[in-house]
Amino acid sequence: MNLTLYVWRQKNPGEKGRMNCYDAGNITADMSFLEMLDVVNEELVKKRIEPIAFDHDCREGICGACSQVINGIAHGPEAATTVCQLHMRRFTDGDAIYIEPWRSRAFPVIKDLIVDRSALDRLIQAGGYVSVSTGGAPEANATLLPKEEAEEAMDAAECIGCGACVAACPNSSAMLFVSAKIAHLASLPQGRVESASRVRSMVEAMDRQGFGSCSNHYECQAVCPKGVDVKNIARMNREYMKALFKAMG
Amino acid sequence: MILDGKIPAGPLPEKWDRHRREMKLVNPANKQKFSIIVVGTGLAGASAAASLAELGYRVDAFCYQDSARRAHSIAAQGGINAAKNYPNDGDTVHRLFHDTIKGGDFRSREANVYRLAQISNQIIDQCVAQGVPFAREYSGLLANRSFGGAQVSRTFFARGQTGQQLLLGAYQALSRQVHLGNVKLFQRTEMLELALVDGIARGIVVRDLVTGEIRAHSADAVILATGGYSNLFNLSTNAMGCNVTAAFRAFQKGAYFANPCFTQIHPTCIPATGEWQSKLTLMSESLRNDGRVWVPLKRDDRRSPELIPDNERDYYLERKYPSFGNLAPRDISSRAAKEVCDAGRGVGASGQAVYLDFSASIERFGEGLIRERYGNLFEMYEKITGENAYRAPMRIYPAPHYTMGGLWVDYNLMSNIPGLFVLGEANFSDHGANRLGASALMQGLADGYFIIPYTIADYLAGITPGLVESSHEAFRKAVEDAGERTRKLLSIRGKKTIHDFHRELGEIMWNYCGMARNEKGLKKALELIPDLREEFWRDVSVPGGAEELNQSLEKAGRVADFLEFAETVCHDALHRNESCGGHFREEFQTGEGEACRDDENFSYVAAWEFRGNGAKPELHKEPLLYDNVRQSVRSYK
Ligand SMILES: Cc1cc2nc3c(=O)[nH]c(=O)nc-3n(C[C@H](O)[C@H](O)[C@H](O)COP(=O)(O)OP(=O)(O)OC[C@H]3O[C@@H](n4cnc5c(N)ncnc54)[C@H](O)[C@@H]3O)c2cc1C
Ligand code: FES
Repeated sequence: MNLTLYVWRQKNPGEKGRMNCYDAGNITADMSFLEMLDVVNEELVKKRIEPIAFDHDCREGICGACSQVINGIAHGPEAATTVCQLHMRRFTDGDAIYIEPWRSRAFPVIKDLIVDRSALDRLIQAGGYVSVSTGGAPEANATLLPKEEAEEAMDAAECIGCGACVAACPNSSAMLFVSAKIAHLASLPQGRVESASRVRSMVEAMDRQGFGSCSNHYECQAVCPKGVDVKNIARMNREYMKALFKAMG
Repeated sequence: MILDGKIPAGPLPEKWDRHRREMKLVNPANKQKFSIIVVGTGLAGASAAASLAELGYRVDAFCYQDSARRAHSIAAQGGINAAKNYPNDGDTVHRLFHDTIKGGDFRSREANVYRLAQISNQIIDQCVAQGVPFAREYSGLLANRSFGGAQVSRTFFARGQTGQQLLLGAYQALSRQVHLGNVKLFQRTEMLELALVDGIARGIVVRDLVTGEIRAHSADAVILATGGYSNLFNLSTNAMGCNVTAAFRAFQKGAYFANPCFTQIHPTCIPATGEWQSKLTLMSESLRNDGRVWVPLKRDDRRSPELIPDNERDYYLERKYPSFGNLAPRDISSRAAKEVCDAGRGVGASGQAVYLDFSASIERFGEGLIRERYGNLFEMYEKITGENAYRAPMRIYPAPHYTMGGLWVDYNLMSNIPGLFVLGEANFSDHGANRLGASALMQGLADGYFIIPYTIADYLAGITPGLVESSHEAFRKAVEDAGERTRKLLSIRGKKTIHDFHRELGEIMWNYCGMARNEKGLKKALELIPDLREEFWRDVSVPGGAEELNQSLEKAGRVADFLEFAETVCHDALHRNESCGGHFREEFQTGEGEACRDDENFSYVAAWEFRGNGAKPELHKEPLLYDNVRQSVRSYK
């Protein structure tokens, strides 16, 4: 098939970017979306035009590197699918495709489709862990954990940290990302001990890093490639209230 | 030269304890005077960086991705082994040790593997304490599953994302240390050179992948945990950025590269469909429990699978290995698939695939049960191929997956260069000629959490901290070298793309140094590679500039290193006149096509020393002595 691409090109953070138009010829249905971009890039290089820069690594939907807004939707048209897992059979000959980077105050564009997501790392650094050092851990089976709770923790822990939730949110909120970590650790006895301090510092960090607040649009859940549930946000709010009462009290 | 692995004395089960007792310690108050560089934030690197920082050392950690959490370990699916014996099915430390040694076809060190098995249990405790949500039984206890190469159930898992959860555990521990100011994290930063002063590792040279700045970092010790080199084959199950650069540059500086030809080809991957294919996706080996592998009996049979009657199909694994059938080990299944495809009986558009057919199991157990067992894999298959594997058989083909070879290290995980330590897939230490499933994660975490914190202290206690600064002459030279290479790559402005070269190199390696190798082919590869390399440096096109984010430049650097490293792999494969594990030399097989190992002549680690670009590296040997297991023949008939 032959497609027309409109791609965000921006040389560096300082420069103003714009949409450029490219033809993508000889695209087959079996290609992944990123392989389609590889083919386009190979052609650009042959024409001595700088290839389109985009983040990617595992290309199997787990590392969270790929990050593109395709036709207005973070990670593109297919539900529960990262850009790297999206395949060209989803498109038809003659389609026009618009490709843009994540857009968020907290994620400045570095080049073309690549943004700086280190703010997400800083959120985890603020408290997204159990404060246990190596060595001296008790025997793993000493603490029992009901299967349902382990499954709940795992549902939240599946987050791949891609930042699509932030990109899709009209407020650039990182609530889904943070709440997934809060819920993951709060579901486990090992993580519960520090719940109050964790939620407080992560929420504060969220404000500090320039993320907006949540006004219940739930766009985040709609684009999340791992189906992380907005009920985690409710859980985080509960944990936060508990923490405040505890602090008052 | 005969290499010394510095294996501690004493009976096998007591070696590690005794060694820990005897190693020197660094006084707690002195620890913060020492700085350590950790390159890589996968399981091995992140666990090491976090643990060392917890102890009080000053740590600088580096990775090429935009976040430490995206290291390739994140993609591991199946699980991690430990000898907990929770199912009470007879597992012991000794059994895990024995399975791993045998799985590696008796080409790994007894003492290292025994230590790995001993530490395995601590890893599970540690990860649970960090909040890794391992699968549980209804009782609330941890669940186990079985994996290849073992008769006990000892694999711990977190759905199909065990690597992700373990890595997030280590990443979070690392993040805590970043928060506390004990670790400085350099993301989107690639190591380009190792810096030595008087033969001792004193730091690295890196390129900031955003600004393009090339600069030096000094430290009292350098740890490489930079993963494996399967992308030498171009197409592999590894992430796109996986590379040999860090290890290769250390090799060029004198670190020995051990057993580079021990590479693992995984039998069940989704086959390539076109020239533009960028990577291959693994389909868990567990599928072979319920799927039957077959190809048409006749050559060039293009009928669709449901039109081929049973008596015109060849269930070749069941035919050749009646007792293991479809569950024959990785190396053997992979070779068998190649054999039938080479004979013109492969399926799919390319003829480079075999069927993995679930229809018999679906008929027997119902689609529901198959869905319950493998639903996520069938979904993944459908996402990539657009086909429904409940209706038509899957098409699969082997793909490069893991590299047992790596930089040579002694029992302390230190290379032959003082001050340079190597952890995880980047070293050669524990898996011999073939790795068993669920043991790479175990090794990475054993190295990082529980071995390096002790062994590095023993080294640091003997040196003066902060002796060399990054303004030292040696660093200036290394920075210059790295910059020069970058300028050279950008100045060629040739006609072929970087990908063209990577693809061609991959084809050479796959055809002549892949699943089956022979003298003629390897010699041919050794002729083709230098020509390709020469062409690369004459005709490659690397767009963009040096002082900016330039993904083409990154890729060009990695491919350039693969082009140089490839010969060392072929030399190793050519010299090893035997078949063992993932290294199958066609000249050394039984009448029935089984591997012939030669213990008398090849029971050693082959450690290669760099002798200049394009020159044949020099071989050093570390003899492998087996006092506790008997080197037996692996048979799966
Ligand atoms: C699809 C797949 C499934 C797997 N499943 C399993 C499984 O179920 N069980 C199991 O035990 N094993 C499994 N493995 C193998 C296992 O995942 C790896 O061997 C292991 O995770 C490697 O960990 P590592 O820490 O050594 O390296 P990696 O995780 O590869 O990390 C390498 C690190 O080094 C950094 N790096 C590399 N080069 C440079 C450089 N030049 N400069 C700076 N930084 C650099 C990277 O940024 C990264 O942080 C699987 C592998 C694959 C591919
Ligand atoms: S490239 Fe890893 S999730 Fe898409």
